[in-house]
Amino acid sequence: MPMTDTTQRSATISVLVDNESGVLARVIGLFSGRGYNIDSLTVAPVDQEGRLSRINVVTSGTAMVIEQIKAQLDRLVPVHRVADLTKDGPHVARELALVKVIGAGEKRVEALRIADTFRARVVDTTMESFVFELTGAPDKIDAFIELMRDLGLAEVSRSGVAALARAKRVI
Amino acid sequence: MSATQSQAGQMQAGAEILLRALKDQGVEVVFGYPGGAVLPIYDALFNQNAIRHILVRHEQAAVHAAEGYARSTGKVGCVLVTSGPGATNAVTGLVDALMDSIPIVCLTGQVPTHLIGNDAFQEADTTGITRPATKHNYLVKRPEDLARVVHEAFYVARSGRPGPVVIDLPKDILIGPAPYTEATVQHASYRPRTEPDPDQIARAVALLKQAKRPMVYTGGGVINAGPEAAALLTAFVRETGFPITQTLMGLGAYPASDPQFLGMLGMHGTYEANLAMHGCDVLLAVGARFDDRVTGRLNAFSPESRKIHIDIDGSSINKNVPVEVPIIADAGRAMAALMAAWNADPRQTDKPALTAWWRQIDQWREKQSLRFSQDKTKGAIIKPQYAIRRLHEISREFGRETYVTTEVGQHQMWAAQHFPFEKPNRWMTSGGLGTMGYGLPAAMGVQIAHPDALVVDIAGEASILMNIQEMGTLAQYRLPVKVFILNNQYMGMVRQWQELLHGSRYSESYSAALPDFIKLADSFHAKGLRAESVDQLDDVIREMLATPTAVIADIAVDQAENVFPMIPSGAAHDEMLLGPEHGATSAGVTDAGLALV
Ligand SMILES: Cc1cc2nc3c(=O)[nH]c(=O)nc-3n(C[C@H](O)[C@H](O)[C@H](O)COP(=O)(O)OP(=O)(O)OC[C@H]3O[C@@H](n4cnc5c(N)ncnc54)[C@H](O)[C@@H]3O)c2cc1C
Ligand SMILES: Cc1ncc(C[n+]2csc(CCOP(=O)(O)OP(=O)(O)O)c2C)c(N)n1
Ligand SMILES: [Mg+2]
Repeated sequence: MPMTDTTQRSATISVLVDNESGVLARVIGLFSGRGYNIDSLTVAPVDQEGRLSRINVVTSGTAMVIEQIKAQLDRLVPVHRVADLTKDGPHVARELALVKVIGAGEKRVEALRIADTFRARVVDTTMESFVFELTGAPDKIDAFIELMRDLGLAEVSRSGVAALARAKRVI
Repeated sequence: MSATQSQAGQMQAGAEILLRALKDQGVEVVFGYPGGAVLPIYDALFNQNAIRHILVRHEQAAVHAAEGYARSTGKVGCVLVTSGPGATNAVTGLVDALMDSIPIVCLTGQVPTHLIGNDAFQEADTTGITRPATKHNYLVKRPEDLARVVHEAFYVARSGRPGPVVIDLPKDILIGPAPYTEATVQHASYRPRTEPDPDQIARAVALLKQAKRPMVYTGGGVINAGPEAAALLTAFVRETGFPITQTLMGLGAYPASDPQFLGMLGMHGTYEANLAMHGCDVLLAVGARFDDRVTGRLNAFSPESRKIHIDIDGSSINKNVPVEVPIIADAGRAMAALMAAWNADPRQTDKPALTAWWRQIDQWREKQSLRFSQDKTKGAIIKPQYAIRRLHEISREFGRETYVTTEVGQHQMWAAQHFPFEKPNRWMTSGGLGTMGYGLPAAMGVQIAHPDALVVDIAGEASILMNIQEMGTLAQYRLPVKVFILNNQYMGMVRQWQELLHGSRYSESYSAALPDFIKLADSFHAKGLRAESVDQLDDVIREMLATPTAVIADIAVDQAENVFPMIPSGAAHDEMLLGPEHGATSAGVTDAGLALV
């Protein structure tokens, strides 16, 4: 996409950082301070010694803004590597959601049936409620939540996106 | 085993380790102000002579002084302040250094680690507050990290795009034993690229060789890259014969007296520089960040040019203006590579086109957009531009190495327009943040670094009051800084905008109840001088320059004078306003432009 293109696109950006205090605040502060969107954000240590963390941010903007976000992240001192997974090639993005549905009778049965087609697991159950665990691409989770809305959807907790490039590519 | 290695195992108090690391980083001067949390450091300073401490009168001034020191030497400036209010007072200076890419290491005291988060006496969340105010910051929580963090901080401050770094030091870390560690060779994650990509250099040369209307636009990054980079730039521009303009931050990298120099560009740049930017077909930008003061309305900025941009910071490239050839590299390395590739390339430049381009530029030049008229009769009011020109001419007669700092406002712009610089690192001004009160402490730092040089702060009567307390520091250390106040009795830059954009409603911009600057100088053990009319000007300047102590020269200037040319916010380079000398019109500012700063 040329720099002059003004259409908005979504980007999944992965950042490898030193796992030190303040690093997440630095990344979040960068986004809020410069007015970039954060649609989703995850962070956790990813190596054995716990020295490196991976931050995955889903953001959106024009080509120029996304380029700028990458460059801004890249110049942070504790940042090792930055990759725009959306642009660099095919990637997989997955999210985990816990979805609580409260209801009885027909609706309860329907909720369970839909959960089954989505391969959601029941991780907690009472006579009036379920907690479903579901992993998948964010739009699959969106779709599931949408369907639960009429069936007693009570509460949702989502992990945010974890993402990797496909095949042998690493960041 | 070497001496340093054998000592490395020995434990010393944290404050001693800190000073040792500073010494190993080449620190000779620290600008600071004491307080409870940093008393252990002051104790350690008391017992040594290698590092000189300069006691300022306000922590903001400590940072500006360190900026002046850094900008005029190319070294990292070092600051030491206490916790809480000491640290918060330093914040303006830190942001100033961040915006202008000045390398600073600022040591802040902090309450002991076990009290952090308890709202302890003089506790502030310094790393939280300064995170967006610094290039990077550290809170040292373990004694074994102390020396490493200091080394790392200096490396980060000076590498890549330079900037301020804060090290927050809890008091227990300063008191307790800590080991010393040497600086390591490589940083784990921060390794800015400095060498240019040869393919991009080749593309740049191809574009430049076939240019019909080339233009070179350079900025503060060339100053950051050091005097060699400025020399390489100068050699390249002379070799190509291309016209060159510079930003406010870039002045001095190319000799102002050279005919290829078109003067500063941007909001208050010259007619020829701005129109050449607007009309060029190939633009070479070096260490400049396409700031809004420079580009004017973005969609009308240099519309026909193919752009090459050399910058050490990838985030400066394609930020405001899309470019065709991005070159992430140090300006010096890139200019060397560009010169080599230019000379190796057999293609000739388009001589007839270049001649025509210069003819066009010379026509623009004939406008003399910086022209002003000074009535020389006795008793006539002094024009601020004339005062600066005389300051320059008379200081040349004195023949000393001259450094100029400024405050912020009209006087700053007139200084940029009318005081020519032939060498880099001689001009210190607050460009990005535009901090009133910068000039006096910055001049202090410059004078510390260059004790025998002439250091002048070109000031406004409003700005100078923002850090006037530093007159005390000048007295204490016998620093002969000259404060040259262009006193128009207005916050002139504000008054100018009110005149042009707000129907001459001069809301709160009059400098009422000013001090008597002669008495003020006197009470701070300096000399006070005043010029009220044009016939007194030269004598006052001569006396100021001949005085061995600090001086405040209060120069009464025309209150109604405005800075021209001016590109109003939201306007394009070819929509410049010229001054009354050219039959000025009122500002044609759109509503969108009014909302801009
Ligand atoms: C009242 C007022 C009016 C102003 N009017 C004007 C005006 O008319 N014209 C004007 O020009 N400015 C003006 N300014 C200043 C303006 O706000 C900016 O500060 C200035 O234009 C920025 O200069 P620069 O582009 O050279 O960038 P700087 O802020 O100096 O940034 C340096 C750039 O170089 C890069 N760099 C750093 N080190 C290196 C290296 N070693 N190698 C390569 N690149 C490097 C950095 O990454 C950065 O992109 C005004 C300021 C004030 C307060
Ligand atoms: C700390 C700070 N506060 C406010 C401003 C806004 N401002 C810019 S120029 C200016 C007036 C400066 O007046 P003076 O120092 O007399 O300079 P002059 O423009 O008259 O030359 C003001 C208030 C600023 N730049 N910095
Ligand atoms: Mg004034």
